[in-house]
Amino acid sequence: MYHLPENHLVRENFLASGPVHWVRTAGLACVVALGLMACSAPSPDQEFYDPLEKQNRVVHSFNKTIDKALISPAAGVYGTIIPDPAKRAVVNVANNLTMPNRLVNSVLQLNVEGTVETTFRFAINTILGIGGIFDVATAIGLPDTDTDFGETLHKWNVGEGAYVELPLFGSSTARDTVGLVADILLLDPLDHILEPNADPYRSAVWVLDKLGDRNRYDDVVDDVLYNSPDSYVTQRSFYLQSRRFRLNKKLSIEDLEDPYAN
Amino acid sequence: MQTRALYSRRTTLATLAGGAAILMAAPAVALNASQARSLVDDLTAEVMRVINSGKTGAPMYREFESVFAKYADVPIIARSTLGVTWRSASSSQKKAYVAAFRGYMARKYGKRFKEFIGSDIKVTGSRKEKSFYVVDSTVRLAGTSPFQVNWLVSDKSGKDLMFNLVIEGINMLRSEREEIGLMLDKNGGNVDKLITALKKAG
Repeated sequence: MYHLPENHLVRENFLASGPVHWVRTAGLACVVALGLMACSAPSPDQEFYDPLEKQNRVVHSFNKTIDKALISPAAGVYGTIIPDPAKRAVVNVANNLTMPNRLVNSVLQLNVEGTVETTFRFAINTILGIGGIFDVATAIGLPDTDTDFGETLHKWNVGEGAYVELPLFGSSTARDTVGLVADILLLDPLDHILEPNADPYRSAVWVLDKLGDRNRYDDVVDDVLYNSPDSYVTQRSFYLQSRRFRLNKKLSIEDLEDPYAN
Repeated sequence: MQTRALYSRRTTLATLAGGAAILMAAPAVALNASQARSLVDDLTAEVMRVINSGKTGAPMYREFESVFAKYADVPIIARSTLGVTWRSASSSQKKAYVAAFRGYMARKYGKRFKEFIGSDIKVTGSRKEKSFYVVDSTVRLAGTSPFQVNWLVSDKSGKDLMFNLVIEGINMLRSEREEIGLMLDKNGGNVDKLITALKKAG
């Protein structure tokens, strides 16, 4: 059984440990161009639309190299030396720091429930949870629903577009890449609220959180990357299946086949 | 006042009629959906028993293999993962493939199950979809958000057996078909070589 809570494996855990600033310097124009090109392309339900496979495979082997040389060993060290309560605190703080951005996206999606929950979650965990170190909101039963601008675009009926593997950030789609860039560059209210000198701490928390994820899901990531017949294909399949599931929030019945019928 | 009384009477009647219809219609469907559900209840209970038994390595994989053989329709899963190649395989190849596949699944998933020590699987519902039953469950694991596992059950083999599971949208049958297809390609489309590779994989 694969252990894939909330699509962590491919969307967030996988190789996603570049500092936030990496993207700020990455060419926005290039990504937008890619988005315009690929978002409009058809995306059949059953098949994976991957016209950029050749380029994606180059990025994939780059990501694997970085993972093997750097991320996996660093995650191993992190997992060994950091005590569990500290790891938990890192997850909680990193999670809490994403709330303002989730809030913006909940509003853009006209999701009243999500907006209210996210607001309370942020307020409770920031104040009672001491800057987000403790996840009081979950303890009192407030659901933690993740969202991002990729999901907002999905709600606005933008198609997923081509599959893309991004350097360091891992699997994505044309739509979700545009979403990722928008989230990081434009939408995050924390960019305006926090002092610029808080940036290195934010980046550090983010990197540690990703290392923690890489360590926690070590077995599954290793299985995909190093024990599968073609890690590119397996990663693409897992990512797209779980991302679609998350966005549609339910099992797609038409994708389920009856093997007895064949 | 009178209208309201009438309205409410009519609503009551409608509810009663609807309820009776459901009650009459229910047994045939509910019986099977609940059978599907109890199969998954038993299956998850056995899986959890093996996970928490403290066994590791080969002895644990052997136990998983027997649980897998008891509750899952291994031949249909194996056949489906081989795709069109199944049809051209000889009957001895088919037999060898199913056996190799069963061991491969037990090792591959058995290795993963150790992450589920101390977890809690709750079956939340079951329903008929298309020609089979979908049993929903939620897995709670310390330190992670709960995630959804859907079990697909069919009685087309003559018994209620699980033939697929979907973990947070990731379809096991589909994913294994992709992997087996790639392994077959790597072995030049040779089923015997695939069987040999499968015995070592997982």
